[in-house]
Amino acid sequence: MKQLIALICISICFAVVVIAKDAQPNEDPQIEQRMKNLTEQLRCLVCQNETLADSRADLAEDLRKQIREQMKAGKSDKEIIAYLTDRYGDFVLYKPPVKATTYLLWFGPFVFLIGGTIVLLRFVKRRREMIHEEPLTADERKQAEELLRSA
Amino acid sequence: MNKYLLIPLVLFIGLVAFLLVGLHRDPHEVPSPLINKAAPDFQLQQLSEPAKTISAKEMRGKVWLLNFWGTWCVACREEHPVLVKYSKTNALPIYGVDYKDDRAAAIQLLAEEGNPYTMTLSDPEGRTSIDYGVYGAPESYLIDKQGVIRFKQIGPITDEVWNNKILPLAKQLAQ
Repeated sequence: MKQLIALICISICFAVVVIAKDAQPNEDPQIEQRMKNLTEQLRCLVCQNETLADSRADLAEDLRKQIREQMKAGKSDKEIIAYLTDRYGDFVLYKPPVKATTYLLWFGPFVFLIGGTIVLLRFVKRRREMIHEEPLTADERKQAEELLRSA
Repeated sequence: MNKYLLIPLVLFIGLVAFLLVGLHRDPHEVPSPLINKAAPDFQLQQLSEPAKTISAKEMRGKVWLLNFWGTWCVACREEHPVLVKYSKTNALPIYGVDYKDDRAAAIQLLAEEGNPYTMTLSDPEGRTSIDYGVYGAPESYLIDKQGVIRFKQIGPITDEVWNNKILPLAKQLAQ
């Protein structure tokens, strides 16, 4: 038990060290928060499944530095995003913009959904038309009653 | 047979073809938005003579290749002998940008392994590399006489890339 507590304490110490390294004590917290919000929406080009906020790649660090400098210089988020897409393309955006080349991406699923629904409705309608409802004859009714009674 | 039954099959084959194409694409090759745009200007120090600088504007009127590399970059080592070989043909001037690197190490490497570059520039902070949208060295840009980027190679230049893509395009641009 003691060993376990010791282990937990040590882990916490390490965790604190890691957090301490991450924070930028000399930076403006408002800019850091803005940075975090913005870079979480951007893709790191080196490790493509990481955000620019999380990535430890050299390039990501350089880009964060650039973004921080630009924020300090009073650039808006839009201008900073333009700065990045001018260099790396829309690929850096996790949420691609709606434009001619991305229509299929944005609206494709809805086209499939609507198409599928139309096909399904027509199919069901056709099936319904195929079934002819005819009233039972007196003989058939008698037969059915007998069957029900014997069951 | 009901011809409508074939529709799902056709759709399915279409989808499979679409996915198959996607499967063979390299997700690391991000299309550059800089193709057919003016090459970003820079003012960089020469690697061995930091007192001398050069800018992209000074290159107007020439078709040239701008190659980003570094001694820390493994794929650049692979590319290096290929560049050395083709630089000897004098078909196309190659300008190197030593990207976020140790100057002395870069000078030493060029002395030992051969120097394919007409001129080597130094980008210690990586600012110019960011302007060019470099995200993984080596990357090379073919720039025309008007200073427009016409082709970008991501990853090492191989014999195939040089002979089939860069050289034919450079010849065409030089006319």
